[in-house]
Amino acid sequence: MELTVGPNQFFWSADRWTEFYDDLASTPVNRVVLGELVCSKRLPFYQDRIPEAVSTLIEAGKEVALTSLALITLKRERKQTAELAEMGVEVEINDLTALPHLPKGAKLSVGPLVNVYNEGTLVWLASQGVRRICLTPELPLASVRTLAFAGADLGVEIEIWGHGRLPLAISGRCYHARLHKRTKDNCQFACEDDPDGLDVTTLEGKPFLAMNGVQTLSDTYATALHQIDTLSEAGVSALRLSPQSNGFIELCKLYRQVLDKDISGADAVETLTRMDDNVRLSDGFLTGNRGVDWSGEQAQPTLRI
Amino acid sequence: MVMEIVCPAGTPAALRAAVKAGAHTVYCGFNDETNARNFPGLNFDRQEMREGIAFAHAHGSKVLIAINTFPRAGNEAIWHRAVADAESCHVDAVILADLGLLDYAARNHPGLRRHLSVQAAAANADVINFYARTFDVKRVVLPRVLSVQEIAAINAETEVETEVFVFGGLCVMAEGRCSLSSYATGLSPNMNGVCSPASHVEYREDKGVLDARLGGYTIHRVGQNEPAPYPTLCKGCFGASDKRGHLFEDPVSLNAEQLIPQLQKAGVTALKIEGRQRSRSYVTQVVRNFRTAVDALEAGRPMPEGMLARLSEGQAMTTGAYKKTWR
Repeated sequence: MELTVGPNQFFWSADRWTEFYDDLASTPVNRVVLGELVCSKRLPFYQDRIPEAVSTLIEAGKEVALTSLALITLKRERKQTAELAEMGVEVEINDLTALPHLPKGAKLSVGPLVNVYNEGTLVWLASQGVRRICLTPELPLASVRTLAFAGADLGVEIEIWGHGRLPLAISGRCYHARLHKRTKDNCQFACEDDPDGLDVTTLEGKPFLAMNGVQTLSDTYATALHQIDTLSEAGVSALRLSPQSNGFIELCKLYRQVLDKDISGADAVETLTRMDDNVRLSDGFLTGNRGVDWSGEQAQPTLRI
Repeated sequence: MVMEIVCPAGTPAALRAAVKAGAHTVYCGFNDETNARNFPGLNFDRQEMREGIAFAHAHGSKVLIAINTFPRAGNEAIWHRAVADAESCHVDAVILADLGLLDYAARNHPGLRRHLSVQAAAANADVINFYARTFDVKRVVLPRVLSVQEIAAINAETEVETEVFVFGGLCVMAEGRCSLSSYATGLSPNMNGVCSPASHVEYREDKGVLDARLGGYTIHRVGQNEPAPYPTLCKGCFGASDKRGHLFEDPVSLNAEQLIPQLQKAGVTALKIEGRQRSRSYVTQVVRNFRTAVDALEAGRPMPEGMLARLSEGQAMTTGAYKKTWR
């Protein structure tokens, strides 16, 4: 099974961004999707760094793809989307708007923010030239299995959400701006202070969600570490690791070790909790009753009232 | 042309009430997981649907069937059957969201008119035109994340008819792209046709304080005599940094009645009312009021004011994204 690094969902400074992709070059991952997924206002801050990051990663032997935005409404965003293919690398479609702009015969992939729930959609996307799909994290294992099977027939590789805070919703409204009583156009980049999203708690102080500009994420870090054998048997081609600000290089190595069967998934979970004793994990979308559920023993969340 | 009022009906009785009250069009769903209001006791079996459509047609109204959840892998036949049955019931159009289902309907039921559901979250002219070219979609229900100006810009660039929500529940997230509900409860709009389901709601009273919980998470807290809003996830009360409040959206519902003239100028074809879960009398009142408004607009009379405030059930109202306050 391969490892893909998904697009960074958060707003990092350009230097931090460059450093992150430089470091990734030496990690045991196969594929890197980069570019701006969440908010078009962030892109100008690091856009000029993208070509160099792409070269560095390609030189290091990684496959590279460029993501589209997840929600495209403005003229400027439509233009950006239309120009995505000009960079000459594969495009990962995260809003269907990107599809008609891509040249016929180009290598295409679909990211987790496009709804692929069934074989009919998979077959149709394959007919459009899509060769890889990272499924929406909401899908249960039974659906993943069916789709991986259908994908194998069509030559479409199926990837699933392997690690990271889950992208649960995207909006036209910026919640970081709203929190600071600003409008979206005058947000003053409030999301920059939260490199992994801002924790959102319930009224009893339970950690629950994380806000990231127009995006809402889970508080928990979803991980497929307990399901790797099952996913592998099901024919899943790759796990997606979603960038986080701390310990990401170690995280990539850890998942590689599990895929290589050097350590067990359970041991890797233990390592994860040692790396960050506050981390709360989930795998409920794959195997539980609800997304937030976790098949392992959960560390007690710290209450913050 | 007079703007089309598209009204919800969760039951055959509500459908008849809506037609009698003057709805140009009624939308409804089959009583299973194929529609995004899959609530107990709601929606139509096949026989009821056939009779409902016949009744509406006899009174000059149209009927649309929403088949707008995302078919479950391995079980697409349920959704395919719904599309076939909709056609044999002589429905005027089906409202679809899933790419695979749109493709299926376009290939197997080419004569059945297709509308693009809000659940597809098609938010710009490029993608709307793509849906039209590829699946011959005739109308798109726009997501509730757009301002009136953005809607006007879309209409300037597409031949596809647009339908917008004007009253009732308000999603602040892009529809069809939100799994908050399944994260907390296991049930989602996309897969199960429900959001923040009542089966997972719990109210707890302690020392004069009433907590509303969803999936075990307390997301509303009110004093004894205050109204307790339904704990819909995106309208819950949360904490972040040192702030506490309705961080995503207040417990409000949408009312864009005063924007009807602007929406008409923006080129909108149809005005949609949310609420297939609503009662017959609610449907009657809302339809009458909106019908009065569009008829007044057509005749060049001033819009009646504040006609729907009493239907909000104590909830605050908002014009959502339409007035550009989000931007």
